[in-house]
Parts: sequence; structure tokens; C-alpha cells
Amino acid sequence: MRHLMSPLDFSVEELDRLMDLANDIEAHPGKYAHACDGKKLATLFYEPSTRTRLSHEAAMLNMGGSIMGFSSAESSSAAKGESVSDTIRMISCYADICAIRHPKEGAPMVACQKSSIPVINAGDGGHQHPTQTLTDLLTIRSLKGRLDHLKIGLCGDLKFGRTVHSLINALVRYHDIEFVMISPEELRLPDYVRKDVLDKQNIPYKEVVRLEEALPTLDLLYMTRVQKERFFNEEDYVRMKDFYILDKKKMTLAPEDMLVLHPLPRVNEISVEVDDDPRAAYFRQVQYGVYIRMALILTLLDIHVD
Amino acid sequence: MIEHTLNIGRISEGFVLDHIQAGKSMDIYKYLKLDKLDCCVAIIKNARSNKMGKKDIIKIECPIDIIDLDVLSFIDHNITVNIIERGEIVAKKQLKLPKEIKNVIKCRNPRCITSIEQELDQIFVLTDEDNEIYRCKYCEEKYHGK
Repeated sequence: MRHLMSPLDFSVEELDRLMDLANDIEAHPGKYAHACDGKKLATLFYEPSTRTRLSHEAAMLNMGGSIMGFSSAESSSAAKGESVSDTIRMISCYADICAIRHPKEGAPMVACQKSSIPVINAGDGGHQHPTQTLTDLLTIRSLKGRLDHLKIGLCGDLKFGRTVHSLINALVRYHDIEFVMISPEELRLPDYVRKDVLDKQNIPYKEVVRLEEALPTLDLLYMTRVQKERFFNEEDYVRMKDFYILDKKKMTLAPEDMLVLHPLPRVNEISVEVDDDPRAAYFRQVQYGVYIRMALILTLLDIHVD
Repeated sequence: MIEHTLNIGRISEGFVLDHIQAGKSMDIYKYLKLDKLDCCVAIIKNARSNKMGKKDIIKIECPIDIIDLDVLSFIDHNITVNIIERGEIVAKKQLKLPKEIKNVIKCRNPRCITSIEQELDQIFVLTDEDNEIYRCKYCEEKYHGK
């Protein structure tokens, strides 16, 4: 039995197969409409999340399966002090597969050790969020046609943004990848990613402070939110906040075929006027999130559709 | 002045753990789970040492293959492990860093599940042998063996 704890749990070849399946689901959704008839997905969400929970649930419902679960720790037995180990043993008796989100890092790992059903890590604190990374990879591969030979701009909060760290770890496994890190000094990529991942594997990258500097050369721009509370002082925030807001004017500097991705939710870092630009891919990314989760559920349940 | 010395007899088969930092022998006793062994164990605290001033020594009389001593290399590099057979030192054991250490150190990350989950073992996995880096099995918090 397999679980998904980290995006690196799958080899590049396994990821290719998973994404091929997701693309087949995209092309022939009817073929998969009853693939999970009689199967139940439990969503164990110890902290609130709109997109991730609904995306998993939509994925199961699209394939004829059922869903159950809770959406906050207060509405679960955790409020009575039940351990993750006990909860998963109980859920294993009710459901065929589960997705777990927990504020404590490593909670899904504890769950998979005691589980008799496949466990999907749907986010554990600042640690891992593998289905977001799989979503990002599928979006890039589907819309750019490749995961190699790419120059990728990562913009915003690169210090605390787990999606960015996870995406870097996943993309460095492909050939000819180059990164441009676009962030204020306070929110630079931490050493444990820069040195332990990029430098160690000789992955080319540069760091810039202004988005305009990077835009003209990118194949892909991955935006994240710059939060005010991350800055040391108000003055720096006011001075720099506009550097990281993508608007129509800045988009004129970008190549015709550059994609804009964002893990969402967006606040104001991408101006609404960019939404209609054909290069804005963040809502299509949400749709790919459902396809990859459908493919993941089928793969972990070992269900094959001819 | 009368000099007091304490003599502990020879062991015929087992280990002598020498050059333990003074005062640490009970920690080693605990990590090696020597309390679980049904054999003769001598703990010598604050023995005189030319090299260290004071040191601790543990003598364990047991078959030489029943204890996994590798955890010692994580706890203290300087410990010497003498293997005893027929009452003589026959070899000095080379210690390897253990692939996994269980319930020796605690994860320092307050956001780690180990901080709240009941009776969860504290497990660290060796991820970089050259730099002696262990990571928490659950949250991947880094811990330097050195």
C-alpha cells in the first residue's frame, strides 16, 4: 500500500505516469465517472482549508465515490484529546482512502504508520503540501508541454513559502532548469534550500529584488503573496510592496508565452486586470488540481480504467 | 595520605567502554538499555585518567553480539569500545553512525507532531553521513550528530 507524504515520494517516471493519467482524465472525463463507485474518501482537516479540501472531495465525487470527514479540529475528536494515531485507526474502518491536513508537521506521517488505507498528505504546517506541487507540475507540463528547459521566476515570499520550496525540490529533478528568485531581502530563499538544494546540484539561479528585472526572460512566473507582517518595519513594506504586484503594465514586459501561476488564495499580488490575459494560468491550475488528485486517488487505490 | 583505589574484576567476555566523559555513564547505561540485560554490568564513575583527568568506564559481561553499540558514536565520539574475549582485549570496535536513532534526542521543533502526539517515539534518520546530519522522521528538523 502506498501513501503520499512528499512530492518526492514518486520517481520522475512515476510522476510522468500520474500526469499522463491526469491528462487522460482531462480528455475523457466520462470514462472515469464511475471508477470509484462504492469507494469512500475521508477528508481529515484539522485546520480550515477551502481549496484543498474541496479539490480532494471534487476529485472523488467526479469518479462516483463518496466523501466524509471534518473540516476543523474543533469538530473532530481531536477536541477531546484523541491522538492522530487513534483517529486514523478508526477512519481506516470507515473509508477506503483519506486526505489529512494538520497544523503539526509530520502528522500525516504518524497517520500513515498506523493506517490500513492510503493516506494523502494534504498539508502539514509549514512542512509539505505535495498535492499542490503535483498540481503545479501538471499545470506546467500541460500548458508548456514540458518540465525541462525552463526558466522559472519565483516571486514574493520565498522564505516562508512552502509551495515554492517544494516546487524547487520537484523541478530540480528535470534537465536544464534555471530559477530567478524575486523577493525583498527579508524574504529571500533560506539557506537550506539555496545551499542544500540549488548549490549542491549546481542549479543555475539568480536573485533579484524587482519583478520588472526578471520578467522579460521568463518561461514561467510563480507568484506568491508578500505579507505585511513578514517585514521588519512599515517603511520597507510601503517602499517595496508594489515591486511584487503583478499588473497589466508589468505583463507588457513578459514574453508572449510566459505562464503566470499562483497557488492561491490571491490577495492583491496579482491585479484582477491580469485575469483575462491568456498567460494567466492560475484558475486553470485549480482545475488541474482536481485532475491530478483524481489520478492520485486512482493510483493509490490501484484502480485501473481501460 | 592513604590513596584509595577501587578495583573491579576482569570480565571474561563482553565490552569495556572506556573514556566516557565523567558523569555520563548513567546516560550511556540508559541509551544502551543495559537495565534490560540480565548480565553483570559495572559502572565506574570519576576514575582517574591521564588524558581526561576524570572519566567514567562501563564494563559489561555479555556475549559480544547482543548489544548494538553504534548509538555510542552519535552520543560521544571519544568513547573507546574494547572487546573482551577470554579475559583479554581482542579488538577495539569501530563504531558506525546508526542509520536511525530512537528516543535518544527529542525534536526541538515546536511545530512537530512529536510535541503533542501521545507515546510517539522520537526517531531521527541519518540523511547525510559525511556531515553527520540527522533529521526528525516526522518534520525533517535537522540535527547535527557532531
